[in-house]
Amino acid sequence: MSKLPPLVVTGLSLVAGLLVGAIALLLSGYNPLEAYATLTVGTLAAARDWSFVIIRSTPLILTGLSVAFAFRTGLFNIGAEGQFIMGALGAALVGVLVPMPAILHIPLTMLVGVLFGALWGGLSGVLKARWGINEVISTIMLNWIALYLNNSVVMLDGFRREHSEASNKILDTARLDFLGAWKTSPEGLAFRQDFPLLDDILRTPANFGIVIAILAVILIGFVLEKTVMGYRLKAVGFNKEAAAFSGISVAKSTITAMVVAGALAGLAGALQVQGVSREVARLAAMEGMGFDGIAVALIGFSQPWGVFGAALMYGSLKHGGPKLQPALGIPMEIIQIIMGSVIFFLSLPGIWQYLVLYWRKWRGNHIHRHQ
Amino acid sequence: METIFIGISDLGFLIGVTLLYASPLIFTALGGVVTESTGVVNIGLEGMMTLGAFTAAAVAYYTADPWLGFLAGGLAGGLLSLLHVLSTVKFGADHIISGIAINFIGPGLALFISRLVFNGATQTLTVPNKIPKIFDGVFPSKSFFDLVFKQDATVYLALILVVVVWFVLYRTTLGLRLRSAGEHPLAAETLGLSVAQLKTIGVVSSGVLAGWGGAAMSIAVVARFSPGLISGHGFIALAAMIFGKWTPQGTLGACLFFGLAKGLEVYLGTRFPIPSTILAMIPYILTLLVLIGFVGKARPPAADGRPFIKERSV
Repeated sequence: MSKLPPLVVTGLSLVAGLLVGAIALLLSGYNPLEAYATLTVGTLAAARDWSFVIIRSTPLILTGLSVAFAFRTGLFNIGAEGQFIMGALGAALVGVLVPMPAILHIPLTMLVGVLFGALWGGLSGVLKARWGINEVISTIMLNWIALYLNNSVVMLDGFRREHSEASNKILDTARLDFLGAWKTSPEGLAFRQDFPLLDDILRTPANFGIVIAILAVILIGFVLEKTVMGYRLKAVGFNKEAAAFSGISVAKSTITAMVVAGALAGLAGALQVQGVSREVARLAAMEGMGFDGIAVALIGFSQPWGVFGAALMYGSLKHGGPKLQPALGIPMEIIQIIMGSVIFFLSLPGIWQYLVLYWRKWRGNHIHRHQ
Repeated sequence: METIFIGISDLGFLIGVTLLYASPLIFTALGGVVTESTGVVNIGLEGMMTLGAFTAAAVAYYTADPWLGFLAGGLAGGLLSLLHVLSTVKFGADHIISGIAINFIGPGLALFISRLVFNGATQTLTVPNKIPKIFDGVFPSKSFFDLVFKQDATVYLALILVVVVWFVLYRTTLGLRLRSAGEHPLAAETLGLSVAQLKTIGVVSSGVLAGWGGAAMSIAVVARFSPGLISGHGFIALAAMIFGKWTPQGTLGACLFFGLAKGLEVYLGTRFPIPSTILAMIPYILTLLVLIGFVGKARPPAADGRPFIKERSV
């Protein structure tokens, strides 16, 4: 029997995940249809919502891409979380402390974020290549080190915004949001009054991050499918021994893969700072961007465009979810349960094959009986 | 300049704090040892720990009985682990993906139910009775023995369980069978054992143990569940298991090491004006350094993480 195409498996898993969510809602006394209607309307109704979905999806595209890239090369990057934190921190440092013209400031801020993330990912790569330390352990440790490092640096004089638990805002020259400072200037505000749709979008921190994320999707797809480097990395991921036997350096591949994965998660952090938060804050716990990236990578079958689609889906749920609480009193954690269930069903490709087989058999018997 | 002198009571304090912080990790990491010895990787320990922590705190709050809460925490972890059994044992799913799913479902369920039961709040109210302390008032207050031995009952339970798990795995027939499912499932099956049954025992035990680990956190170390309470402890337990070379005794050592690093953080924080965020990094940096200097490679069970599908004669 032929295998089901990935897209069909994803679709079936999604439906099954939504069904589990519906059952959970029913059991706790809510109307699932009402909930899903609210979720859909809350996600798609206004231009503002579309904008928020894109804003929320942008970091997930990149952390998802980070995890997916590592997966394809045989590594499990639990560390996108820490690499994201480091990227955000690096970007914020340059964005706040180093004044320069926008034409330099924007790319340099981004680049430092990418470098910080790449360093953090590369560290796990070196620890694995040189000392054989499992990347799962090292990335878990580095996540925590990144979190506390962030918390130490945020509180330094000169960087910290006074009487707050956050850094100063980045300079306007490093900002990536649409029409940055103009949109809140008197002329900008006057202009916006005449264009309600534009005004609606500018109320959100709409920014150019999505463009860069899409470029990253294209670039990673190209690297994986069309370059020697991608071929080597995938060969190591597919069969380490065979790759080593054919002359590919496993150690070098491991480090390269983790550097690239880290760079992608670092870019996510930089874009978040430049486009949305404009600061880094003291973190009480992990924000989950990296962990959500794992979900996105799995749902997207570790394919760059699959990751893109999965991130948009997760981004919509993350935007729509919190609207359930005020409207219907439904805890927004239902989203987490749905996402977990989708991933759970994805882990069971066998179940769909089995069901399809069963259905065909049943249909076969059925037709047979009528002949 | 202040001399760095560690007095006997300081030492007692350090040992006490070490044990306190190690205990939730010991439960959960032992769960990791048991499940992986049967060949099932369980990265979902984090999710099971979180659900266990919430359930324990909620039940302990409503019944005012910490032990009932503790049992309920184990039960919740065990129930959640059935999902992992279904996917990895029944359907031959990828263990990592299933575990990640559980790490979304477990905390999701915990917070979802918390909001329903505690008026929309994601943290429970403070439990009226925590897990009792053993040797409370036996030794003079703040003396060395008091600091070391006056511990939550869960600390002693965790230490006893290390011995129990070691004994079961290495000194009983059941243990031999469990390990055979992780080392060479085909051979086990050939000898007439049900690998599926053995793996189920391994996974469900790990769920119960992780649930208890969460409970030890929410109703012994602190007195309530909150969303950030577990954040990452399940993963650290996983690291401790690998660090401890997949054995109960090694895992105990790794958990104690983690507890000690945490203890040093608390101890140094009370003595020196070092920012707490710098001190908080110590356990994680030390772990990496120790791993770098770690002699001898750790080896997981031979068939760890591999789906085992029994050949059927259809």
